Amino acid sequence: MPAGLYRALLTVAGAMAAIVLAVAISSVAIIAAGASPQAAFAALFNFGETERSVVNGITTMINRSVPLFIAGLAVAVGFRMNLFNIGVEGQYRIAAVCAAYVGSLFTAPAPIQIVAIMVVAAAVGGLYALIPALMKVGRGVNEVISTIMLNYIAINLTAFLVRGPFVGAREKGQLTTHTPVLPESAWFPDLNVVFEMFGLPAPRGGGLWGFLAVAILLGVGVWVVLERTRFGFDVMASGLNASAALASGVDPKKMVISAMVLSGAIAGLIGLPEILGDKHSFGSNFTPGLGFLGIAVALLGRNRPAGIAVAALLFGFLDRAQGPLQFASVPPSVIAIMQGTIVLLVVVANEITSRVALRREERRAAQQLGRNTPVEVAA
Amino acid sequence: MNTETLGTAPPAVELEGITKRFPGVVANHDIRITVEPGTVHAIVGENGAGKSTLMKILYGMQRPDEGTIKVNGAEMSFRTPSDAIAAGIGMVHQHFMLADNFTVLENIVLGAEPGRGGVLDATGARERIRQLAAGHGLQVDPDRLVEDLGVGDRQRVEILKVLYRGARILILDEPTAVLVPQEVEELFENLRELKAGGLTVIFISHKLDEVLSIADAITVIRRGTTVASVDPRDVTARQLAELMVGSELPTPETRESTVTDTVALKVSGLTMEADGHRPVPKGASAGAYVDRLRQEGRRLLLDDVSFEIHQGEILGIAGVEGNGQSELIEAIMGIRPVHGDIALGGEDISGWTTLRRREEGIGYIPEDRHRQGLLLEASLWENRVLGHQTRKPARKGVWIDRRAAKADTARIVEEYDVRTPSVDTLALALSGGNQQKLIVGREMSSGPRFLIAAHPTRGVDVGAQAAIWDHLRNARAAGLAVLLISADLDELIGLSDTLHVIYRGRLVARLDPSDVTPERLGGYMTGAIPAAEEA
Repeated sequence: MPAGLYRALLTVAGAMAAIVLAVAISSVAIIAAGASPQAAFAALFNFGETERSVVNGITTMINRSVPLFIAGLAVAVGFRMNLFNIGVEGQYRIAAVCAAYVGSLFTAPAPIQIVAIMVVAAAVGGLYALIPALMKVGRGVNEVISTIMLNYIAINLTAFLVRGPFVGAREKGQLTTHTPVLPESAWFPDLNVVFEMFGLPAPRGGGLWGFLAVAILLGVGVWVVLERTRFGFDVMASGLNASAALASGVDPKKMVISAMVLSGAIAGLIGLPEILGDKHSFGSNFTPGLGFLGIAVALLGRNRPAGIAVAALLFGFLDRAQGPLQFASVPPSVIAIMQGTIVLLVVVANEITSRVALRREERRAAQQLGRNTPVEVAA
Repeated sequence: MNTETLGTAPPAVELEGITKRFPGVVANHDIRITVEPGTVHAIVGENGAGKSTLMKILYGMQRPDEGTIKVNGAEMSFRTPSDAIAAGIGMVHQHFMLADNFTVLENIVLGAEPGRGGVLDATGARERIRQLAAGHGLQVDPDRLVEDLGVGDRQRVEILKVLYRGARILILDEPTAVLVPQEVEELFENLRELKAGGLTVIFISHKLDEVLSIADAITVIRRGTTVASVDPRDVTARQLAELMVGSELPTPETRESTVTDTVALKVSGLTMEADGHRPVPKGASAGAYVDRLRQEGRRLLLDDVSFEIHQGEILGIAGVEGNGQSELIEAIMGIRPVHGDIALGGEDISGWTTLRRREEGIGYIPEDRHRQGLLLEASLWENRVLGHQTRKPARKGVWIDRRAAKADTARIVEEYDVRTPSVDTLALALSGGNQQKLIVGREMSSGPRFLIAAHPTRGVDVGAQAAIWDHLRNARAAGLAVLLISADLDELIGLSDTLHVIYRGRLVARLDPSDVTPERLGGYMTGAIPAAEEA
């Protein structure tokens, strides 16, 4: 079996084992909370009786997964070179409010309008991430600390902007404030047609966010950049061995800046599925915490786009069950416990599986020493 | 072994028919070794011959599939290193395992802290360390920080650490690999003291002259099995080497000179401050600035280093480690800023980035392959790309050309005899010698004009060493200029066309390798012979 395939299979097996173990541990928590684990897990997989409710459930799950997937990608770009961008949280919020406001200022044909909003979001996120990058390169400030601090600034600045300079018209009796509503040309078309193709009813509400397609393209793009390009190679080399990268002519300062800005630019897009697909404005009740969850998603997905997609779907699947769990009289915070234990156990499992894979490789290399002839190599 | 003269004491260690199989391969096969108590017993063999596996078995890190281990006559079965330590076996690893920001005392007691009511009993520990140190001639101040110690002292700390845990049998894994000649002498003095104190030392090495000078008995391992047990008084280094490799010993002699008149690399007046690079103040010339530094009595890591290397020439730099060699290499590679001029083929490259220098034809075999030469957790082909990510065949526009990179890695694996299951294997699965062969192959593959070879055969077995020397010689014959930095004097003398000695950041002597003795070279290296003006 090729070494790469073996490593991949081992990783998947490790993750599966970790999830099974996490289910066991969560059962203990559920029992401690005075509920029945059977009822809880039944609720987890209960998407409802009718076709429409199943469709709604799936839509909720995927809609939740899309921003998590983008957040995971943003975090992973930094993680790949040991750059801990904890600031995704702040970057996406400030980018979201700016993009929603700028998008509401003009009206253009839909493709132009949407692309312009995306460009604004990516630019704001990237610029906000440039601050910690410059601080690290220029003064050696640890990016973990600076991005955490910048999160506070961004969160409060966003709250100020949405109440003050960027505030839009408020309907009578409405308690939350919003940026002005986007023109219809900025409403991202939904993907309900996918359900209709299978003869299923369309989900209620905003439907299946069309931004899913953008997220998939983004995932493919990130994969291509990280795995196939020179830039991706430099990122990997800097992450695995910074001094070897330096000696090989990789400029560490340039890498810190470009990886951080790329990470911030992707982070800027996290809020768009919700803004373009559903809310059509940025409000003071906008979904928080996506950036922090992105860290867990990236860890779970081992910083690889395919893994992050699986992790985001898993998180979306668990989050969807918040409602059904309450109907089954299980405290929905069980979900948070499960997510936490899964992340922890998967990290442990990754450590174990990579050691096992390594030992196998060492053994194979040792076997080779027994032979004198050079090896046939499949290119 | 001669049991009559050694009396009735059982052997300190007796290995009988030890066999260790990994799936599909036998790492150790029917190993038989008898180590008499109170002796220094050397185990020699090529890299990958099975020495490490054997030592892991003896130290309880791996269990043998067959065979018995007897310690002082009693049969043992080790599950973990703790069992081995309990049986009085201690291991001094090749790479030190010390915490730099701890004192010697703290390092020694770490993991075996003597407590008194939950508080570290430093006084008691200090007393015991003093006793051990005095008793075995291992003088180290227990209250000094390890980061302030030299390599030789660190090794003594490692030995004390093992003795502190009550070891009576010491395994030393290539202890001289990191030492300079005088330190080796000191280590051997220590070993003799330990022996006199009744301790048994198992000494793993592939430096044959050292083995011959210190060992009381030698066991040779080849391809996983013991091929001979010899008395060092009865064999020569050459005979031992033949037992080890089963073939002729390589000689580092270069044949006819290939030095041309074309200067490939010229450095002049390289100077580096010890306390961080500062740009030359505006208006002042670089020379005047450096003179001022010197007058102020600043410590300089590099002090006015100048030399020329011609095409087809190998210029060797000898010196005790830490006298500016690393700084010199990193300055030429553009990794560390420096004052002075560097010219490649007549073109000033002082302002170039590391990448540009590499692209323009500087090859680099770094002194520490794990630190600067490899991505251990990446595959071999990705390591082939490292340092060549902007050049053919690894690059295609903004893309990495994986197919071409893999194919070229396969070529290196073949031509340089890198033993690996495939080019997708992770670099850390390979033995040190094979990793080094990959690096040499990589650096040669782009057709460099100038090559920095820092310790190109360090930690490499005799077979791979010969191959690397041959590659260097062939490249030199083809017109390559090489800056060779090495701690192996035979390598330096044998390969170099010109030999400089570096001492405290200065080039103190220029010698003709054809009529220099290791003794004279050693004199310049240690400062025992004062600096001669360059000829």
